[in-house]
Amino acid sequence: MKKQNAEVQENVYKGPNLGQKIWASRSSYLFLAPFLLAFVIFTVIPILASMVLSFTDFNSVSVPNFIGVENYIRMFLDDDIFMISVKNTLVFAFITGPVAYLSAIIIAWLVNELGRTARTLLTIMFYAPSLAGSAIFIWTYIFSGDAYGLLNSTLMSLGILDDPINWLINENYNKTVVIIVQLWLSLGSGFLALIAGLQTVNTSMYEAGAIDGIRNRFQELWFLTLPSIKPQLMFGAVMQIASSFSLGSVAASLTGFPSTNYSTHTVVLHITDTGSTKMEMGYACAMATVLFLFMILLRNVIALLLNQD
Amino acid sequence: MASIAKHGRKVNRSGGGNATIIIILFLMGIMMVVPLFYTVIQSLKPLEELFVYPPRFYVVNPTLDNFTMLFTLTSNLWVPFSRYLFNSLFISILCTALQVILASMAAYPLAKHEFPGRKFFFSLITVALLFTGDVTFIPQYIIISSMRLINTYWALILPSLAYVYGLYLMRQNMIDFPAEIIEAARVDGASEYRIFWGIVMPSMKPVWLTLVIFSFNGLWGRSDTAFIYNESLKGLPTVLSQLAAGGIARAGVGAAVGLVMIIPPILTFIIAQSNVMEAMANAGMKD
Repeated sequence: MKKQNAEVQENVYKGPNLGQKIWASRSSYLFLAPFLLAFVIFTVIPILASMVLSFTDFNSVSVPNFIGVENYIRMFLDDDIFMISVKNTLVFAFITGPVAYLSAIIIAWLVNELGRTARTLLTIMFYAPSLAGSAIFIWTYIFSGDAYGLLNSTLMSLGILDDPINWLINENYNKTVVIIVQLWLSLGSGFLALIAGLQTVNTSMYEAGAIDGIRNRFQELWFLTLPSIKPQLMFGAVMQIASSFSLGSVAASLTGFPSTNYSTHTVVLHITDTGSTKMEMGYACAMATVLFLFMILLRNVIALLLNQD
Repeated sequence: MASIAKHGRKVNRSGGGNATIIIILFLMGIMMVVPLFYTVIQSLKPLEELFVYPPRFYVVNPTLDNFTMLFTLTSNLWVPFSRYLFNSLFISILCTALQVILASMAAYPLAKHEFPGRKFFFSLITVALLFTGDVTFIPQYIIISSMRLINTYWALILPSLAYVYGLYLMRQNMIDFPAEIIEAARVDGASEYRIFWGIVMPSMKPVWLTLVIFSFNGLWGRSDTAFIYNESLKGLPTVLSQLAAGGIARAGVGAAVGLVMIIPPILTFIIAQSNVMEAMANAGMKD
């Protein structure tokens, strides 16, 4: 942290006056301005508005009334489905998050080791599912509940199963199916972002490392590569939190919305359900705010672990 | 020393280790593409083969019927197919360019300058990543409609300009860009504008090309029905998903739609990725 600050350019006029500092940094603000303008209008204001609405009974149509923290009380004391969705979200996030994150790091590192042809082919293979987001329906053929499903018919012809299993409806299996498909779908983007980061690493440090006694590729990964891509690792972790805790559309399109006994219902799906279907927007905003605060907490824990901002 | 330098970054490597890695990675890679391969197979199956028992992982009489049917369906639309295609391509390409440029420009001062508010802006942007989009929809709609942009291209372009993910990716990769190089350019009298476009961005080529892939991929597949109701302004995904939703008889068409929709992102990916490889090869020579 301190080291980074020292490296950052000091292009600021060191006057005592804040106004002068701002004027001296006008080129920095000009670079930021176009992005910031769009960001404030279309992202920050809507987020703040949603947080304000979480203290109202807004129903998407009539004028909202202020109701204090009623929505927050209801969420924790009066909504069993919310509690189920919290439990499912935690299960999904704590399995898919770390698995996707660590595999993306390991795969990016290994692929980065290879020659051009193998690299190109493997990059396409691992990123292909992310390119084909619309092809997710193919999994409903694979996990289809009748004997025509690819998995059922394969297992039955091998004699492992006597009767087809309804993978998408059966509560014992549908969580696993969602986890598999989510991993399949989300691995690629983390991998691609990391491999781009690895390419900006200064390669001469590996030769210096070899002279300093680095003996194999695992030592090289641990002592040289990972420390030098810490900002990229932080980026990957934050994006992984965002995607694991927003898991929902995959579950809904595979296992139905709502799923059997809410077995794959997640917080985001519950927000969509109450906000868009039942028109209880104020309540949906309250849940979104709680989810937001929880993700910020988690983000800060990881920032501490990686020593990054 | 000289021999180590000649091998480049291939110090501490063994041939056997590389072979093992390649085999394991390709096995995993095949698992990633098998479902997509199955989509291709499904789209080539005639109707009677789609529902044969047991289901086959191969096709006996491959046919392009599903694709012909898709094109017959699209040629009977009220608005010409080419119009939907144009809308999608126009919006996706324009927004990709704007997203990548705006995100990179904003990332530069956040990574390499010191100015009042830097920390605040950066935290605001990274934290905003974590808010669920589902509930910001109504405030967003109110803003867009009060600007009288509903049912125009602007309703699709303006809200997507600030690509937070892209800014964060660029900033994290720029932060370790050597400060001495920037300082040297400043001493030589280069403006911040020239330093950014002439020095920082060229060395970030693998990163912003990757961002082009992410950006285009996200924009291409998105549904536009929320802010657009004029049929002639809608994009391809909306129309194709309507066509595929025609029941059992169109099961094969659904697979064909899936394939047609991946073509533009795949092209973007291949073009961008081959340039990434080239940028890398050049960087290797300089070193």
